[in-house]
Amino acid sequence: MFNFAAFIPRAVMQSIPLLLGSTGETITEKSGNLNLGIPGVMYVGAISGVIGSFFYEMSLEDPAQINSFLAVLIPMACCLLGSFLMGLLYCFLTVTLRANQNVTGLALTTFGIGFGNFFGGSLIKLTGSSVPSIALSATNKAFAAKLPLAEKTGVFGRIFLSYGFLAYLAIVIALVTSHILTRTRVGLQLRAVGENPATADAAGINVGRYKYLATCIGSMIAGLGGLYYVMDYASGVWSNDAFGDRGWLAIALVIFTIWRPNVGILASMLFGGLYILYLFIPTGTNLAIKEIYKMLPYLVTIAVLVLISLRKRREDQPPAGLGLPYFREER
Amino acid sequence: MDKKNRGPLCHIVKRPAIPWYQAWGIRLAALILALLFCAVVTMVLTGDNPISIYLTIYEGSFATPRRFWVLMQNLAILLCISLAMAPAFRMRFWNIGGEGQVMIGCLVCAAEMIYLGGDIPNAVLIILMIVSSLAAGAVWGMIPAFFKAKWNTNETLFTLMMNYVATQLVAFFIIIWESPKGSGKVGIINQKSMAGWLPTIADNKYLLNVLIVSVLTVVIFIYMKYSKHGYELAVVGESERTARYVGIKVGNVIVRTMALSGAICGLAGFLLVAGTDHTITTTLSGGRGFTAVMVAWMAKFNPLGMIFTSFLLVFLGKGAGEISTNFGLNQSFSDILSGIIIFFLIGCEFFISYRLVFRKGEK
Repeated sequence: MFNFAAFIPRAVMQSIPLLLGSTGETITEKSGNLNLGIPGVMYVGAISGVIGSFFYEMSLEDPAQINSFLAVLIPMACCLLGSFLMGLLYCFLTVTLRANQNVTGLALTTFGIGFGNFFGGSLIKLTGSSVPSIALSATNKAFAAKLPLAEKTGVFGRIFLSYGFLAYLAIVIALVTSHILTRTRVGLQLRAVGENPATADAAGINVGRYKYLATCIGSMIAGLGGLYYVMDYASGVWSNDAFGDRGWLAIALVIFTIWRPNVGILASMLFGGLYILYLFIPTGTNLAIKEIYKMLPYLVTIAVLVLISLRKRREDQPPAGLGLPYFREER
Repeated sequence: MDKKNRGPLCHIVKRPAIPWYQAWGIRLAALILALLFCAVVTMVLTGDNPISIYLTIYEGSFATPRRFWVLMQNLAILLCISLAMAPAFRMRFWNIGGEGQVMIGCLVCAAEMIYLGGDIPNAVLIILMIVSSLAAGAVWGMIPAFFKAKWNTNETLFTLMMNYVATQLVAFFIIIWESPKGSGKVGIINQKSMAGWLPTIADNKYLLNVLIVSVLTVVIFIYMKYSKHGYELAVVGESERTARYVGIKVGNVIVRTMALSGAICGLAGFLLVAGTDHTITTTLSGGRGFTAVMVAWMAKFNPLGMIFTSFLLVFLGKGAGEISTNFGLNQSFSDILSGIIIFFLIGCEFFISYRLVFRKGEK
């Protein structure tokens, strides 16, 4: 019998970084910016949080006296700042300096992953600290704190209540984003910018401001995904390259959900489930099969991408201005 | 004049085309600024003085003949993948699937070395490996191109996804082929028989790769500049409508160019597996599929310019590696430096196409 009570919580924990990353990227793409730097942004978000809480934990004499409010606040603020700066850099290059989005995005990814691995690998050396590895157990406790009810309510509690607060925040962010994008004036204007910036400009919408705001906010949300991964999922232990290809998976998820963050909540759980499915399926000694399972999210994304281009339903298409620069003078 | 009605502090004006030496002057200035900035970053992190930082970077590539040849080998592979990107980008087909196309070339190559090594004459095996890795790369590139030509499927996202399909395929076969069992690695293939290994010239295992890529550079340069195909893909890139109007079959051009692009990536995979590494890992391509995008773009898709830009990135990478080793820091330092250089070079393009006009003083 397939063990759902054990499978679902793990799938959900896998899904949260993907959900945050894809929500952030959806907002960004709706403004017409194809930010391929998301994997780098998520790394920077994660490492910024780690650096923040590393210094906070080092400044305490005894980890037991940690203030759990500060333990959450400091990494969060650092993470948001780090990923905000990455988003700002992307916008400055693509919107203000009108550079190519693909190249800028890839450069941002190279830089961000390098930044994460460099400081992850050298932080101890650089600060001259004596600890053997970066293990932020006290911060992890604050991030992974569960609702008190989770233990008492059995299977229900394990499936629905056993996560750290960032997991619930991710779902709230996805729902709010979805509401803003489809039901408010701001969302309408943002979509107009992504679909046809020239028309939006003519209608008096400040295209540049929308692109900047959407990309920076999107980056900050994606950065939280990195923070969740290291502080909650990985128990506060940073190890280089452990985050893996989740950033690209988040971009895949954006397509898979056809640019709808509310669909992303369930879709990310599906992706997260596929990611760990091999652990729960009796494959015996055949470890090779697990690599094929890990391929599935990408294959279904390709299938979705092809299907939406075949069906040509207008509400399912990528934003028409996606990846294209907007020069007012060249209309 | 009252304060409210003043124009903005500065505004952007498109430049007429500027002479090539001015454009390269701007790029050179950006590069120097970037190198200075890199030195400052390195100084803050290591506390070393700038002169010795530059010396260390230089030593990273030129201190010993072995280092020099490793530099040449890395340069050759990166240049090869960048050459693959150039025709597709000139066509405005955003192929960021170089990584996957290289990996699939590696995979096919390794498969033939493992299953056919020793059973057929070495020369036949090598020819078979070349043909099949080129074909595998071409097919991997043609799949997204076909959907782009037929249904206008977004190629950036499609090629991106194909990377991971290829990587997971490689991961799958690594576990099947692993030796010794349970190590999770393939190890050196045909270590004793050396079947399927490219021959070494003049006792130098990197020289042949460097020569092959040099020839390829010239071929691609001629292909893009002087051939009919090269002209057609440039027209498609500039304006698809014009291309259609003058009777170029846009779909055919897209598929054909991507087949070429993928095939060259497949060749890079072949050079990696048969030429130098003789093994296969999921990180064999090492992100060079993505770096190549930046290399090609920084050189404005000019194959000769790419020699310089790929040299720059490989050289800095080696230098940063040397700095990290000396100071006991993490090897990813080179990615940070490459990132900084690329940001500067991307940013400087703006000043080549536009200029800022500041508000004139009030009269």
